[in-house]
Amino acid sequence: MNKRYLGIWFPYLKTDWFTKRNTALQYKPVVVFSVSRGRMVITAVNNIAAQKGIAVGQVLADAKAIVPNIHVEGDQPDFFDSLLKKFAEWFIRYSPLVAADAPDGVMIDATGCAHLWGGEQEYLDDITTRLKALGYTAKVCMAGTIGAAWAISRYGTQQIIPGGHEVTALSPLPPMALRIDALVCDKLHKLGLYETRLFLQMPAKVLRRRFGDHFILRLQQAMGYQNEAITPVVIASTFTERLYCFDPIVTRPGIEIAVKKVLDTLCERLKKEQKGIRTAVLKIFGIEGNTQQLEIGTNRATSDAVHIFKLFELKFETIAPGPGIELFVLEVPRFDEHIATQENMWSVEGSLDTPAVSLLLDRVANKIGEDTIRRYLPDAHYWPERSVKKATSLSQQPTIDWDTQKTRPVKILRKPEPITVAAPVPDYPPILFRHQGKVHKIMKADGPERIEPEWWLQEGLHRDYFYVEDEEGSRYWIYRSGHYHNEQPVEWFLHGYCA
Amino acid sequence: MSPEQTHIIASLKKEILSMGGIKTPAIEASFAHGLSFMQAHFPGRVFPKGAMHELLCHQPEHMAATGGFVSALLATLFKTQGAIIWISPVANVFPPALKRFNINPEQVIFIHPKTTTQTLWVVEEALKCRGLKAVVAEVNGVSFTHSRRLQLAVENSNVTGFLLNYQKGNPATNACVSRWQVTTAPSQKIIGLPGIGFPTWKVELQKMRSGKKGDWMVEWNGSNLQQANETTVHHQFDLIKQAV
Repeated sequence: MNKRYLGIWFPYLKTDWFTKRNTALQYKPVVVFSVSRGRMVITAVNNIAAQKGIAVGQVLADAKAIVPNIHVEGDQPDFFDSLLKKFAEWFIRYSPLVAADAPDGVMIDATGCAHLWGGEQEYLDDITTRLKALGYTAKVCMAGTIGAAWAISRYGTQQIIPGGHEVTALSPLPPMALRIDALVCDKLHKLGLYETRLFLQMPAKVLRRRFGDHFILRLQQAMGYQNEAITPVVIASTFTERLYCFDPIVTRPGIEIAVKKVLDTLCERLKKEQKGIRTAVLKIFGIEGNTQQLEIGTNRATSDAVHIFKLFELKFETIAPGPGIELFVLEVPRFDEHIATQENMWSVEGSLDTPAVSLLLDRVANKIGEDTIRRYLPDAHYWPERSVKKATSLSQQPTIDWDTQKTRPVKILRKPEPITVAAPVPDYPPILFRHQGKVHKIMKADGPERIEPEWWLQEGLHRDYFYVEDEEGSRYWIYRSGHYHNEQPVEWFLHGYCA
Repeated sequence: MSPEQTHIIASLKKEILSMGGIKTPAIEASFAHGLSFMQAHFPGRVFPKGAMHELLCHQPEHMAATGGFVSALLATLFKTQGAIIWISPVANVFPPALKRFNINPEQVIFIHPKTTTQTLWVVEEALKCRGLKAVVAEVNGVSFTHSRRLQLAVENSNVTGFLLNYQKGNPATNACVSRWQVTTAPSQKIIGLPGIGFPTWKVELQKMRSGKKGDWMVEWNGSNLQQANETTVHHQFDLIKQAV
């Protein structure tokens, strides 16, 4: 089948976009500029500005001298690139193979598509009408090669070039239409080759020597002697599954069957594409138009329908079916790469990151909240509050060893509690302390262990820790805050209970 | 009695134990050292893994002591690494301290439920999970029905559960196979060395299904649980002297 390509050019893409947002601009000259080497250079103009003699590449100050009442907007190159990509995605309604053609066009492989609109002219009319309704000026051209479609959409006037007539159509166009370097183009102009027809028939050997391989490639691509492909945009796959119910569902078993059914189909698809759910949303539409939403999250990507069902099951109590549910929609807003085949063989002794454990943690996280689950790793700080950090995943391993040199309390008080002590000899352990009204006589003690707050993280007094045992045999971790002082009494705190 | 008869009696005893929710491992002498001084009080001379154990602790001091004892017990029972879940309403366990009892703190996953209902649900779910070695749960009392559910869960999954019960007053009857009370005790001074000795606890075994009651002074010498008395202290001192 003969290839058909459709080139679309938005001559005023950027200004059209600004005009769409501010309709007052449509009768005004509009320019878009960006700063380049300390100058404000115009990167786009609308047709009114173009008619008044303003061109892309001019300095903004010059343009303002020519047309004083010019409307100026700042350029956002990244944004316009993504806008073009969105356009390409929008064009997928016209053909499955669409490529964004930066900076201001879209290239469509329309082979075998036009007849669905009743013919090529109708196809093009539909596109131009729709684009006009959207507020964008577009020039279109359908041809047998990408090069010809590109060239004629930008430099020509025809809309449809029948297959095989590319050379004729290209003949009157300037060499710039061949998508070649500005330098090569200059050279051609200097040689008096202002139109393509003047060199189309020249032997390739001669042209290659003077203008390079790239020029020949472009020339042959435009004429259809060389193959050229486009890189089509791919719409990110979405995992959504729907289930319509013939009779409204009101019972829990009914809901369970429905959810199982959607999950099975969806997980089958996920498995095929080697993806796993991280977040799933179940939307429930009642016959009265009321909607409810259940959301679950998982610790690791999974495509196990039974597990996901269990996570949803925890939330079934919150569903109020009312007079009945007519539609279930399961969406997966977040998913990860996931290869499921090895899962059954995973039962390494002692590993934390096993499916069984992560399934348990998923259930816990979905029932009582993810912030209630914690795992700790050592951190390179002496200050007790900072000596541990939260692990970010089940498989994260400690990078440093746990410090076992010094005694640490099994139970730590998040906020150290003030105690009163009798410490007759400075820098010696106290002989007794009173905590919550109870006097503990200290029989044995280890210490002091001085820990400084890291001044680059926190200002404050250092702590002198003592590990003490009272007459009942209970062991405590107490500390004195700062140095002894003549004017004010020093403060002592209980920071934890040792085993 | 002929050897056949002894064998029959032994296998019948095993059967009775398993009916009571206590599984006897295939290799009974899997841990010869570590708990040998308590062995006589356990059913079949083996600490019942895959069962629920209750430990009473009322004061924060004793909570810490119980935490230490449980950690030491876990380190003794599970020489190989395994995932442990520690469920407590308040995040007050200090992970670096567990390392002293031979538990790798990174192997412990802490869960802090907010309400009693949540706690019991999490404990039950955790006990059902076959991927775990042990579950330590701090609870404020547990009813008979709940403890029965928990015991049934571990009988299926073979997880060992420790309930640290800090409910005050007389403990209610429950379905756990054992009840312990661990309180702090003065450490033995290591002769010639100043300061505090090894962590020492008074361990009371108040109930052990198909076993015996007992009480011991137990200390953790950094690698083993041992009975605290003068001779061990002297022995340790000798070791230290040799090392120096």
